[in-house]
Amino acid sequence: MRVLGIETSCDETGVAIYSEAEGLLAHQLYSQVKLHADYGGVVPELASRDHIRKTLPLIQAALKEANLSHTDLDGIAFTQGPGLVGALLAGSSIARSLAYAWKLPAVGVHHMEGHLLAPMLEDTKPEFPFLALLVSGGHTMMVAVKAIGEYEILGESIDDAAGEAFDKTAKLLGLDYPGGPLLAKIATQGTEGRFKFPRPMTDRPGLDFSFSGLKTFAANTIAKEGDDLQTQADIALAFEQAVVDTLAIKCKRALEQTKMKRLVIAGGVSANQRLREQLAVMMEKLNGKVFYPRTAFCTDNGAMIAYAGLARLKAGQTLDLAVKARPRWPINELPPL
Amino acid sequence: MKFEKYLENETATVALGKQLSSACQSGIVIFLYGDLGAGKTTLSRGFIQGLGHVGAVKSPTYTLVEPYDIQGLQIYHFDLYRLADPDELEFMGIRDYFEPGNLCLLEWPDKGGDLIPQPDLMVTMNYQGEKRVADIEAKTARGLEVIKKLN
Repeated sequence: MRVLGIETSCDETGVAIYSEAEGLLAHQLYSQVKLHADYGGVVPELASRDHIRKTLPLIQAALKEANLSHTDLDGIAFTQGPGLVGALLAGSSIARSLAYAWKLPAVGVHHMEGHLLAPMLEDTKPEFPFLALLVSGGHTMMVAVKAIGEYEILGESIDDAAGEAFDKTAKLLGLDYPGGPLLAKIATQGTEGRFKFPRPMTDRPGLDFSFSGLKTFAANTIAKEGDDLQTQADIALAFEQAVVDTLAIKCKRALEQTKMKRLVIAGGVSANQRLREQLAVMMEKLNGKVFYPRTAFCTDNGAMIAYAGLARLKAGQTLDLAVKARPRWPINELPPL
Repeated sequence: MKFEKYLENETATVALGKQLSSACQSGIVIFLYGDLGAGKTTLSRGFIQGLGHVGAVKSPTYTLVEPYDIQGLQIYHFDLYRLADPDELEFMGIRDYFEPGNLCLLEWPDKGGDLIPQPDLMVTMNYQGEKRVADIEAKTARGLEVIKKLN
């Protein structure tokens, strides 16, 4: 079975083809980040228009990359939610219509399910069950994964997402928005131990996160200490350590609670080097293992959608002809396979 | 007419949000000003939970708006921070959110241009060292009623 995957939930247009027998056959991506950077923010309608412009050429490019024709496909999977409604509708309409025209089954994929299954695209993949930490600009969530579609949300952010805290703190440090990755870069020049940020909500039981206070702590520190280059780097380091420690403490707690040994990290923040290293050390101590996708598949992409869609299509799950987007879609409402 | 409050910490900011919500009737538009980290979302959390919402009040930065339905009362919490062009609001159907009777909180309202209605209340959160000062100013007769209750 070969499935075409289409991702358009936010700023990236991703198209990929995944084959049950041969693995990933094609992966195409167009990022609007530069477009939005030029405007200094996200532009929802521009994003939708851009998805409309880019999706078909990317599908053609993916077919060419895989050396396939559309008649070689067995189904189309697309991101049905959650995300920006206009962006989702662009992908949903194209995917649903193409599937109809090509007489193929279509399936709507949950964006976060795509992310948490992304490590399955790698050679070293986790077996079920595992614990998944989903961390991105829009989401921070701890999920116990029994199998595909069997998700229990153990904790989530009660205010800012981890990636959002990165981006906003970067902005406070005078970096361009979204500057999370840039913050991590200047943190490498930081002085260990000059500042100590709190580890929010680690002193009480539970697996929820709160990152809004860290941003405030950063703002207060900048107000007090100034923002010369070295101070910027020191604040960036202290902030990054606080986020990574907090995520690690909660992961450890969740692993103990669920008695799981495998940890998956996914979403844009899972590309953070400090997070990966610290969790690798922690998992080794716990006699477990951490899994994450290659950097290209940490952020939004079509490959994870094709993979998740293939699993659901194989289980016979398909959509009717209606074009429907689900901007809000709790992951624990998904059906099992 | 104005109302000013010195806020010692986060708990005080949440408490002011609650106090503000109990002084508000339905159908009010509140603009929230202040730098990143000044406490706009924290105040909003107090406000929305004060109206009876149980659970988290997530930052609406990523989604632009988070809706709440509290026993038939519609509350919309906007954050226009990421918006590059006010015209974009037309495409998300902005006008539908401001039905009479709805409660609307808007962070970074200056990014909304002319496409958002005039506020009844303007709340400005200012840094004062690690503490905050909230200034609430009435812009309409309805807003004035709220300030009177707060005072």
